[in-house]
Amino acid sequence: MVKEIAKIVKRDVLKGNTYSWILQCKETAKTAKPGQFVDILVEGFNLRRPISICEIFNDSIRIVFDVRGKGTAKMANLLVGDMVDMLAPLGNGFSKMLPGQKLLVVGGGIGTPPMVELSKHADFVKAIIGFKTKDAIILKDDYEKLGETIVCTDDGSMGRKGFVTDALRDILETEKFDRIAACGPKPMLKGIKEIADEFNIFCELSLEDRMACGIGACLGCQCFVKSGDKQLSARVCKGGPVFKSNEVIL
Amino acid sequence: MMPKMSVNLAGVSFKNPLITASGTFGYGREYENFFPLSTLGGISTKGTTNEPRLGNAVPRIAETPMGMLNSVGLENPGIDFFIKHALPWLLQKDTTIIANIAGSTVDEYAEVASKLDDTDVYMIELNISCPNVKQGGAAFGISTKSAQMVVSAVRKSTKKPLMVKLSPNVTSIVEIAKAVEDAGADVISLINTLLGMRIDINNKRPILKNNVGGLSGPAVFPIAIRMVYQVYKAVRIPIVGMGGIASFEDAIEMMMAGASAFQVGTAIFTDPYTPVNIIDGIKNWLFEKNIDDINEIIGSVNEW
Repeated sequence: MVKEIAKIVKRDVLKGNTYSWILQCKETAKTAKPGQFVDILVEGFNLRRPISICEIFNDSIRIVFDVRGKGTAKMANLLVGDMVDMLAPLGNGFSKMLPGQKLLVVGGGIGTPPMVELSKHADFVKAIIGFKTKDAIILKDDYEKLGETIVCTDDGSMGRKGFVTDALRDILETEKFDRIAACGPKPMLKGIKEIADEFNIFCELSLEDRMACGIGACLGCQCFVKSGDKQLSARVCKGGPVFKSNEVIL
Repeated sequence: MMPKMSVNLAGVSFKNPLITASGTFGYGREYENFFPLSTLGGISTKGTTNEPRLGNAVPRIAETPMGMLNSVGLENPGIDFFIKHALPWLLQKDTTIIANIAGSTVDEYAEVASKLDDTDVYMIELNISCPNVKQGGAAFGISTKSAQMVVSAVRKSTKKPLMVKLSPNVTSIVEIAKAVEDAGADVISLINTLLGMRIDINNKRPILKNNVGGLSGPAVFPIAIRMVYQVYKAVRIPIVGMGGIASFEDAIEMMMAGASAFQVGTAIFTDPYTPVNIIDGIKNWLFEKNIDDINEIIGSVNEW
């Protein structure tokens, strides 16, 4: 974990409100693992913005973020060549992909990016990505390059109509996977956790929470994990953001 | 010659006046990734109670203009864990360790303090001002009577130098400061966070699950300066000033208002290197101004 000043070397608007940056950052790229995040300082704001790492290259990383408030709106105005102060890489990411393992990715909305890098490490991957509507779809091409990709929309404007959890259940009834990696809104993660339990599949979920320090010192973020009969408090930023679905309590 | 940076609070020496504020620095481990803890004058550890506590429900962080709200609610692993697993490691770090403690009852405060009496911790900071839990904070810090009661009880239960952290959420901070001085406090620290609130207008819900929380960050700095200035004129014991300090200039201002040392908290979230930058900045400033000893600036404001 370091503080690194990264340079925006590529900037794309994926959808009206969703941005993709490639950040040149040698130190971070060297040690970053799939599922970790970066904590970005925005000028004029006291708290950093935690953003998941989407892809990792030799001396750069890719992040994808939504404009959610004033801070991310300011980030959206930054251009290629601008410098970004970040703490990175932070947190615990996904477990390492083992040779031959079949990965099933489930992403919802702005929860779609964190599994892209992991998917690149998988010998076989299938992705289910869900969005409110056709206009919100992101990273479809990225996942399609890596494996079969099922797009779901809540309103049926593209792909399969309905939630990713319905698609997940249908797939698992006919096909075997070694593991699931998922990120998205909490109700979606709850549904995935139940399905993973039911089909007895190793499953990891990437969580989010409001954070202050991003490194485990302030105890601002929190979730609970099972340890034997006990429920223990965990820090989303340090123990996570990725947790095993059979350990985390949602 | 480099200026003298060390300060003394109630017989305890600090190599420089910068102490990291309780609740923002955990038990120190996380920030050692960024700089050696020996850089710091001191560390005030995360508020610790007798039994472990899980804190309040999330969300417990909300950003505000020039600051933030928190409603962590004293999540901590309990004093026995602290003494066994956190304190021995911290005491090896060549910086002055202050144990911040809280409780739900006077007896709990006294019990936690007496447990620390057998350790090598340098000082105890008594949190009677946490705004986020019904018991264990503000309840004791908002009246002279209850503040005096808890400070007296702790005073009897430990020989350690006692620093008492005051709440700004009171009508007269001076009255509370005088009361805890009379009750046996060796040092006063102020200010804890100011009670605040944010509401999400799209769903009419408070952003914090606790509805309300403590405001910190640069937004509270002028209030902290004013309160330290008022308390400095009213008490004889040393003051540790805090509240929104984010630069070396802020720190010097705080000392001129009357603080013998200061704590830095929220600014560490913005940049983990803030403590290092403040210490270096003060040193350079003293050197440029030809001031040999930082103690010369304490309370040096020239009032109109």
